[in-house]
Amino acid sequence: MIVLPLLKGLWLTLRRFFSKPITVQYPDVKRVPAPRWRGMHYFDKDAKGETTCVACGLCVAVCPSNCIYLEIGEREDGNRYPIRYEIDGLRCIFCGYCQEACPVNAIRLGPGYEYVKYSRADFTLTKESLLSMYEGKE
Amino acid sequence: MMDAVFFVAESVVKSVLLIGVLLTFFAYLTLAERKILGRFQIRLGPNRVGPWGLLQPVADGIKALTKEDMIPAAADKVVFVLGPAVAVFAALSMFAVIPFGGTIQLFGRDIKLVIGDVDIGLLFVFAFATLGEYGIVLGGWSSGNKYGVLGSLRAAAQMISYEVALGLIAIGTVILAGSLRLTDIVEAQRGMWFIVYQPFAFLLYLIAGLAEINRTPFDMPEAESELACGFNIEYSSMKFALYFMAEYVHMIVVAAIITTLFLGGWLGPWLPGPLWFFIKVCAVIFFFIWERATFPRLRYDHIMKFGWKVLLPVALANVVVTAFVVALR
Repeated sequence: MIVLPLLKGLWLTLRRFFSKPITVQYPDVKRVPAPRWRGMHYFDKDAKGETTCVACGLCVAVCPSNCIYLEIGEREDGNRYPIRYEIDGLRCIFCGYCQEACPVNAIRLGPGYEYVKYSRADFTLTKESLLSMYEGKE
Repeated sequence: MMDAVFFVAESVVKSVLLIGVLLTFFAYLTLAERKILGRFQIRLGPNRVGPWGLLQPVADGIKALTKEDMIPAAADKVVFVLGPAVAVFAALSMFAVIPFGGTIQLFGRDIKLVIGDVDIGLLFVFAFATLGEYGIVLGGWSSGNKYGVLGSLRAAAQMISYEVALGLIAIGTVILAGSLRLTDIVEAQRGMWFIVYQPFAFLLYLIAGLAEINRTPFDMPEAESELACGFNIEYSSMKFALYFMAEYVHMIVVAAIITTLFLGGWLGPWLPGPLWFFIKVCAVIFFFIWERATFPRLRYDHIMKFGWKVLLPVALANVVVTAFVVALR
């Protein structure tokens, strides 16, 4: 019969009509991202609140879209640290290779997924913004 | 003399009220359709403008009014403007003969809850339904756009194929009621609704009605995926809104005709007549939205094949059988 599949379809949609909507009302309710979600980068901090980055440059080398800029400095005790560390947020593809390459787990990708700004310059992530990325949240 | 004045005043008041109710119904029908479609797709539907999205029609109206109103250079300007006007006029006019209630007593006069209780009501409805299709055909044809012309061609072909069947299907109920007057048809259903005597005709009328109002699965004239909106491709601003209005009012009218012909019109226990009428119309419209959420668009040649090779023969058979049964009774 030709009619039976039509009725089956109607029955299926009617069941959907009486089921609960799965909509997440976004600005009011925010989804919790998956544990391994690769969102906005942040810097791991040491006890003094400084970055643990040793400016080895592995992340710069591994970055497939060449969006990390690093200027290397040296402290008095001989340890290297980044004078400038910038990620061009508009070129980053959030692959997470920097996180994998980092020998001291300094650069990480966090859960943040709201990436909306008013000017292009605001998308550049600096050392300061990476350090304060998730401050006051969680 | 006084009677004439009363008649004119009564008609004007009823017309104004009915148009107001219809346009409000249209506005909230668009919202209801989006909400209900949303629920069919396990979504919520629009709920941002006002509580539960109740002001969404207002926002849509403001948007439609403030958009740029363009007339393409290649268009036939007079016909281009005339198209949506004809469509809306025809859609609204059809409701003039549809009874939405019995007779009520007001100011010591019997007032029939129908604007024009003409004795060729059904004929009037079909005539104006066809005129509504003209609005679509003219609009698409005059836009000077190939997709518009294709949409119009399809609208014309679909109109010819399905109006014939639609008329034949309705004849079954006319034979049972013995009148073309819609109030008589409703009164004839006082004992039993015609859906019981004419179940096939009811189903066929639902299908052919869908084809008449260009709704999925028969929305050939404006097939988005192939024709990029078809006949109304060049329309913007309020002209587009008028086509939209025509389509939805036409949908309400077809639901009202189905209610009148098969579901006993305003008849029903306990509740007042107009409320019954409203409930039945809403039920039919719910089905229209429900099937839109279910069925994909048919292929063009399948629609033609179905119209001529299935719908028309079955409708003819229904007329013949009904006539025989009524004659032998």
